[in-house]
Amino acid sequence: MDHEQVGRYRRIYVWEWPVRMYHWINAIAVILLIGTGYMIGNPQNTFYAAEAYQMYFFGTIRFVHFVCAFIFFFNFLVRIYWGFVGNRFSRWTNFITFRKAQWKEMWDILRVDIAQADPRMHHKIGHNSLAALVYFLSFLMFAFQSITGFAMYAANTTAMLPRMFTFIKPIMGGDFGVRQWHHAGMWFFILFTIVHVYLVFYHDYVEGRGTTSSMIGGWKFERKDILE
Amino acid sequence: MSKPNRPTMWEAMQNKGYSRRDFLQYCSAAAAAIGVGSSGLSDVIHAMETKARPPVVWLHFQECTCCSESFIRSSHPIVADVVLDYLSLDYSETLQAASGHQAEKCLWDTVNNYPGEYILLVEGSIPSKGDGAYCMIGGRSALSILEEAAAGAMAVIAWGSCASNGCVQSANPNPTGATSIDKLIDNPVIKVPGCPPIADVMTGVVTHVLLYGGPPELDNQGRPKEFYSRRVHDTCYRRPYYDAGLFVDSWDDENARKGYCLYKMGCRGPVTYNACSVTRWNEGTSYPIQSGHGCIGCSEEGFWDNGPFYQHLASFPGFGIESTADTIGTVLGIGTVAGVAAHAVTTNIRKRKLMKETMDESVQGARVKRDK
Repeated sequence: MDHEQVGRYRRIYVWEWPVRMYHWINAIAVILLIGTGYMIGNPQNTFYAAEAYQMYFFGTIRFVHFVCAFIFFFNFLVRIYWGFVGNRFSRWTNFITFRKAQWKEMWDILRVDIAQADPRMHHKIGHNSLAALVYFLSFLMFAFQSITGFAMYAANTTAMLPRMFTFIKPIMGGDFGVRQWHHAGMWFFILFTIVHVYLVFYHDYVEGRGTTSSMIGGWKFERKDILE
Repeated sequence: MSKPNRPTMWEAMQNKGYSRRDFLQYCSAAAAAIGVGSSGLSDVIHAMETKARPPVVWLHFQECTCCSESFIRSSHPIVADVVLDYLSLDYSETLQAASGHQAEKCLWDTVNNYPGEYILLVEGSIPSKGDGAYCMIGGRSALSILEEAAAGAMAVIAWGSCASNGCVQSANPNPTGATSIDKLIDNPVIKVPGCPPIADVMTGVVTHVLLYGGPPELDNQGRPKEFYSRRVHDTCYRRPYYDAGLFVDSWDDENARKGYCLYKMGCRGPVTYNACSVTRWNEGTSYPIQSGHGCIGCSEEGFWDNGPFYQHLASFPGFGIESTADTIGTVLGIGTVAGVAAHAVTTNIRKRKLMKETMDESVQGARVKRDK
């Protein structure tokens, strides 16, 4: 009897519920932010009204953008907090990729993902170091979009939080520059989403380790001989 | 040289034959111009009665004189009052009667006789390249005149976008090295940007400095909050069309005729801090947006390089005039999707063997279990 294949994989609880919650709240917020942000940057006469008082369409689009932005921002803070108290897969140290071994891993992953080498050569359970580096850069982009967004929003409000970021305006050449770079930043999120979703599909399809479902249930699968 | 005795503003007005009633009316107008309410009027009157008329020096460097032109069209208080009555305008190339050596003497007499008392108004930027050769007055470079005049000034006001931010002559590639004055002198500078600034804002700022002997409250870019804390957009009478989502699509369409929002036409109102839509221009007659043209953001730093003016997003540096961030983003997006699609195809070709092996293993395993 060949039992090897039957018990060959082990389930590992990788993503705790706060990480999963963060991921999906973030995903929904980012999609809405991209959609509404694009409409704000490229306004169209979507509906018709005889007079302005009959409609509040563009105001509503902006409102959705602002609400999502606040959710996005605080959700981001929660994730940073979880980077200090979560399990070893969600620790902040994962995202600092300065060690030589990590750079070697990145090279291997590039070979697997782009040059399509044999995927069985890499076996990281949580974030691989290339993903970790990209996520770290995306966290910087989160911060950048939050700062520039709040700096622009500060003109609409007397609340303290957005006004804390107005320091960026003189540095970036006034509101125009801030708006320009905030808008350009949107494209990072669009490109990130395309590549991110594709790579999840790719790894799941080729490796069959439950990459996709891990962000729903939290479990991944790994070969026992690698774990030991 | 003996120091001339300077009358107070009230005395100066009396000498010109104004009555007490005229003086009080005039004080009310000045108070209103800087936003002081009737409860603060007695302070304004007291200041006018006791403070000596400050000498004013108005320097012109790299500029087009549109600030001066705007200033002399000021309506509240009327320009004659400002220039002739409560300012002692000792030197201004455009407005003074003296010329040549006499004019230069006026300038340096004021600077030397009233250190710490005169107000320095600067119109125009300073060329920093070519040892200042791009702007010479009376044989001296703009920078050396500015430095000497600013050293003893009670307050320095940067008139217009040139002195405040560099304006169009500092546009990329900035051949003369045009520089705003705050980068060249140590004095605190009150910036009154605009191309030109609104006349009533200019008189308001000067009045504030006269009455309080110091700068008004400034924002983090050095502009008086009184006039530059609100966006043109938020005080615009077309704002309801923006919130509704009713936009002008082209300059000659039906929506333009109806006066819809000019946001799509590149109006810079949402990113421009100025008092245009509140005080308006030419005795409150109109302002650009009311006249059917979008705001070009002339009081914001860098507006000269943020073109084209009739486009919502600026063209992206290094990618040609027509390409905005969106053009580049779209190209990158299509490229990424194409790359990903190609990758998916090659995956199915190159990984076929591997996946077949894995599937066979899996099927075997399942069979083993069933057989049991």
